Amino acid sequence: MDMHELIDPFARLIEDVCTPAAIRAIEAGGDAAPMWQAFTDSGFLDALVAEEAGGAGLSLADAAPLIALLGYHAVPLPVGDSMIARALLAAAGMDVPDGPIAIATGHGPVPFAGVAGHILAGSSEAPVLTVAGGEPTGVHHDIDAYVSGVDGRALRPIAAILRALLMSGATERVMEMTVAYANERTQFGKPIGKQQAVQQQLSVLAEQAVAARIAAAIGARSGLSPRPADAAIAKHGASLAAAQVAAIAHAVHGAIGISEEYDLQLLTRRLHGWRLADGSESYWAGVLGDLRLADSTQSTADFIRAA
Amino acid sequence: MFDTLSLSALPPEDEALRPALRALIAEAIADLPVHRRARSWQGFDAAFSRKLGQAGYLGLSLPKEYGGVGRGPFTRFVVVEELLSAGAPVAGHWIADRQSGPLIRHYGTEEQRQFYLPRISRGEALFCIGMSEPGSGSDLASVRSRADRQADGGWLLNGQKIWTTNAMHSDYMIALVRTSGTGADRQSGLSQLIVDLKLPGITIRPIIDLTGDAHFAEVFFDNVRLAPDALIGEEGQGWKQVTAELAFERSGPERIYSSVVLIDAWVRHLDAVGRKDSATLRLVGSLTAQLAVLREMSLAVTARLVAGESPVVEASLMKDLGTGFEQAVPQLIGDDLASHPDEAVDAELYRTLLYVTHIAPSFSLRGGTREILRGIIARGLGLR
Repeated sequence: MDMHELIDPFARLIEDVCTPAAIRAIEAGGDAAPMWQAFTDSGFLDALVAEEAGGAGLSLADAAPLIALLGYHAVPLPVGDSMIARALLAAAGMDVPDGPIAIATGHGPVPFAGVAGHILAGSSEAPVLTVAGGEPTGVHHDIDAYVSGVDGRALRPIAAILRALLMSGATERVMEMTVAYANERTQFGKPIGKQQAVQQQLSVLAEQAVAARIAAAIGARSGLSPRPADAAIAKHGASLAAAQVAAIAHAVHGAIGISEEYDLQLLTRRLHGWRLADGSESYWAGVLGDLRLADSTQSTADFIRAA
Repeated sequence: MFDTLSLSALPPEDEALRPALRALIAEAIADLPVHRRARSWQGFDAAFSRKLGQAGYLGLSLPKEYGGVGRGPFTRFVVVEELLSAGAPVAGHWIADRQSGPLIRHYGTEEQRQFYLPRISRGEALFCIGMSEPGSGSDLASVRSRADRQADGGWLLNGQKIWTTNAMHSDYMIALVRTSGTGADRQSGLSQLIVDLKLPGITIRPIIDLTGDAHFAEVFFDNVRLAPDALIGEEGQGWKQVTAELAFERSGPERIYSSVVLIDAWVRHLDAVGRKDSATLRLVGSLTAQLAVLREMSLAVTARLVAGESPVVEASLMKDLGTGFEQAVPQLIGDDLASHPDEAVDAELYRTLLYVTHIAPSFSLRGGTREILRGIIARGLGLR
């Protein structure tokens, strides 16, 4: 399959319906239904659903670029979460609701729960769906929300990989925006991107963005029932990168970067939220460390080759 | 940006090399204490290098007609990964196998290929690279060593190289020298010459480093007469050739495994003392997770080499990230061990830790400093 045949229409769809103005409107509490309807009509929500169940039957690795695009454009709806939820529900022979589905894996704020119709918890084999009733976080323009009374711990690995993919898309976009800004913004008579100090910072940003993408890809390769080690590598790597990428991007942008009217913050606020969701870098490091120490006679190289 | 870097997989025929190679390595390192294994690519053992050559693990990407194995960068990835992750002493053949062989194959004359490549593949022709000079480290365009063309077509070489890895153990140096113009001409007028280190007029002085090892040397050229066929590639094109050569040097698994012998020794220590608190698990997991990502990045860069590209920017990106990790390892493990003062750490682990700690600054120097690499990345980003 030529991946462009898949990615290009999805990219056009997002660019059409998910403009920065549309994102801001939803974050301000506006009606998300038209944007959601566009995603529903596209058929992409069933990309991961098996063909015999009426979906496109893509693997998670195949769908990874689509999910990254959602992060790249800061789509303010749980499109990736719903793609995974719909696949799990269909595989379990359960009814799939039309609206947006968020995935809750712990007691912290659940990404997109503030704009979701349903919450998925339980496990991959036995998903549990409840009607959303999230408590706002109180964070300015946050679309995440607290969800109580559900247990989705078993979904944490797949959710962590999903979050890593979203972060990889967002870091890519942040890198592009920041490089473009450094080439445009003039200080002391020349673009700031001509200053070595700024170039060195942007090189680090680029390294982290690539690391996030590779980490997320390791997770995606593991599929819809991922091994915990792959989820750990993915979420650790992406979360580690997310904080650094956001920090450098804002440092290079200067004051304009934290302005509400400038689009950078649409992405960096997502990066920080996703970093904390479904287990941070330290949480997943602990999971991986436990797996690694299970056999201390094995070399680290052998362990990561098997991961 | 950089989206050419994506997950790749080693071909099964290369993975299949591991068991036999592993047996050969196990035999070589059986009696080496951990702090010697931690030296790995500074560890010199000419007999082991010849053994690898005889067993067909050198000259992997060189064609069979020149005595090579006729495989490619993926094969080399597997072999290097096995060698470095076990801490085998690779310094003997390292440079010849990694850089000089591919360089001679690419730019050499047919005679040069037939003369050098079979011996490199057998581990019998050991090379060093003369790039740095006093006053000329990363700024290679400022090299001042000079070779003047003689009436017979040969060369008269004068000057000095420094920080030349293993010059005192090597048979040949590939030296970057000025063959025309002056320092003001920068990159133009530089050429690469193959120098037989046994020639009259060459003095080699080892430089002892802070760990007590001598793997660097100073090399002095005093009216050294070279034959006409000492020139490799085109006269005046040395800069271009060196830049391409550095891409070989910056990409492989050698940029992620320099501290891995220490990590494994530390993990065995944690097991021995039975420490599994959450801070310990997180540090073990964090280092493991970072290494897993770096390995995939290194493999992704290797895949670009397999595709016939010269991924200079991607290799720079990988190397900067990889060496940063390698340098963080001794700092973090040192902090971990010393934050448990009531826990017995055996002297061998301590020696290994301090060796890696002391040599770690070199990880980001060899093959281009961090600042130079970030400049290359910035150019790749369109900033320069």
